[in-house]
Amino acid sequence: MEKQEYLNLYHQMVVIRLLEEKVAELYQQGKIGGFLHLYIGQEAVSTGLISTRRPEDRVITAYRDHGVAINCGLPAGGIIAEMLGKATGVSGGKGGSMHLADVEKNFWGGHAIVGAHLPLAAGLALGDQYQGNAAVTICMFGDGATNIGFFHEALNLSKVWNLPVLWVCENNQYGMGTAVERASAVSEIRRKADGYGMKNAVADGMNLMDVREVAGKMMEEIRAGGGPQFLEIMTYRFRGHSMGDPERYRKPDEIRKWEENDPIGIYRKYLVDHQIASEDELNAQDQSAEKEIAEAVEFAENSPEPAAEELFKHIYVEE
Amino acid sequence: MARITMREAISQALWEEMERDERVFILGEEVGVWGGTYAVTKGFYDHFGPKRVKDTPIAEAAIIGAAIGAALTGLRPVAEMMTINFAFVAMDHIVNEAAKLHYMFNGQMRVPMVIRAPGGGGRQLGATHSQTPDAIFAHFPGLKVVAPGTPADAKGLLKAAIRSEDPVLFIEHATLYQTRGEVPEGEYIVPIGKSTVQRPGKDVTIVTYSKMLELSLKAADELAKEGIEAEIVDLRSLRPLDMGPVIESFKKTNRAVVVEEGWPSYGVGAEVATRIYEQAFDYADAPVKRVAQKEVPLPYNRTLEQMALPHVEDIVAAVKEVL
Ligand SMILES: Cc1ncc(C[n+]2csc(CCOP(=O)(O)OP(=O)(O)O)c2C)c(N)n1
Ligand SMILES: [Mg+2]
Repeated sequence: MEKQEYLNLYHQMVVIRLLEEKVAELYQQGKIGGFLHLYIGQEAVSTGLISTRRPEDRVITAYRDHGVAINCGLPAGGIIAEMLGKATGVSGGKGGSMHLADVEKNFWGGHAIVGAHLPLAAGLALGDQYQGNAAVTICMFGDGATNIGFFHEALNLSKVWNLPVLWVCENNQYGMGTAVERASAVSEIRRKADGYGMKNAVADGMNLMDVREVAGKMMEEIRAGGGPQFLEIMTYRFRGHSMGDPERYRKPDEIRKWEENDPIGIYRKYLVDHQIASEDELNAQDQSAEKEIAEAVEFAENSPEPAAEELFKHIYVEE
Repeated sequence: MARITMREAISQALWEEMERDERVFILGEEVGVWGGTYAVTKGFYDHFGPKRVKDTPIAEAAIIGAAIGAALTGLRPVAEMMTINFAFVAMDHIVNEAAKLHYMFNGQMRVPMVIRAPGGGGRQLGATHSQTPDAIFAHFPGLKVVAPGTPADAKGLLKAAIRSEDPVLFIEHATLYQTRGEVPEGEYIVPIGKSTVQRPGKDVTIVTYSKMLELSLKAADELAKEGIEAEIVDLRSLRPLDMGPVIESFKKTNRAVVVEEGWPSYGVGAEVATRIYEQAFDYADAPVKRVAQKEVPLPYNRTLEQMALPHVEDIVAAVKEVL
């Protein structure tokens, strides 16, 4: 990796962190409505993972999608505008926090029904296989999603049809208030892929470099026609499931322990220790990220609401 | 009688039925340790324990399917869908199993279960999480569908549902949980399949249920200021549908407006209007009007979402059109 690329990845993680802190504030001010699921603590997962993709590779995820959107190159302004329900939002203000997408950037959306996007991912990969495109579909989902039928149907199908999909489980230890071992027959989630004869691996989601290395190798094998693979990434959400989570299911101690493994801190230390970047250079990244978010918020807040006629647009394709 | 919220009324009915009958148990996502996504089962886990308050994996088909199986053995499961939108994941088990087994096996099997499912729009949850698909579920013979609009009816209908020998879908409206009303303490049953007049009047009949009852009552207040007396019939159950009070009212007023939150096409309003024509055509002085959601998936943007939902003014306007 070139130095600039290392710095870009750091920058992306800081942008995600700042964006999430900012939208939490906007939510508290009543400017964002509905559900808001923050990605704080999980930044290294999608930043490391998506750093291994080529532009032709597709990405699809669940409703915890803000970070993924940043990594896919969606502008922070358009993301925040979407959460504010503005016309300039990436989904025109009709989707909200859970439904960010930018098809031109090959980001096929946040999806709010748990597990429902996994069969879609199989279909995206089928589209590429059918048309002879050498592209991989990256499909991200939570630990909780591995207990729903969609997951099993999609994994099985992808293997039977040898589809180019990288299945990525973000194991943040909980689905809402339910710990993995209370909901899943096997707590080592990647073992589920064994049931479908699918190659699988685990990565440390607090460590961007580990995610990048493990995912990168898998992406290459899938791209070469090796069929689907399964990656479990161990991580933790530092905040509640969504805004307003009463958090009765985990102890402050547990959260504190994980917070000591801050993925941004770990990556920052890595860059300094390996003399890839200096503290000054990283501070400069922090500042530029802050500026970027401040500008994004300003853009979003000053953007217009969608016009009334938008309500009836896009129900069907206009021909 | 105590004045309590809809949430408390539902919670009370569940609690009392679980105390009364050992066979009643709850299963669903986050119903236990979390205390229910809408806090309806708060305190249940500590009191009744994990055997009777079962947290499940995110697996709606398995939740409903397992509830059906348990019901076949004589238990009385109350399965919670975190929202009614997720019931689509379990659609096969609801319509092809729960609603069919008793009939298909010639009465040998019984499915005495309840599915509790909050729904409704207006909270900026986006297209997949804001639906009011009540009419879809009311389409299937074999499944009973109730949707209370007051705390008292919520308590009485839920108790009736739990004691029913048939599967009952109990639809709650997520924006009604804080609504307060008088609720009888202890044993109180509202029979399934009985409509009721919630406000008497002589000029026009408003037929409605669930959340739209609240809006219709407000509309009636508005209309009263202009000297128009609307009679409000609350369906309470969508299947079986009790047209008695509707027809009786229509024969008196000769005009009707049907108000529902869901989409009008193939909906509750369509059904009720048709039955009015079938049963009381000669009494009609004007075509029956429907007030319903605009035919769009609900958008996230607050203003657009509100544009799509029915409001008090829409009801008032519809009444004036039929007068
Ligand atoms: C089919 C369905 N059931 C339930 C829900 C409600 N729900 C939203 S997120 C969630 C937990 C998902 O947990 P996990 O897959 O681990 O993802 P995480 O939130 O931890 O990122 C639940 C139960 C839903 N959206 N869809
Ligand atoms: Mg999780």
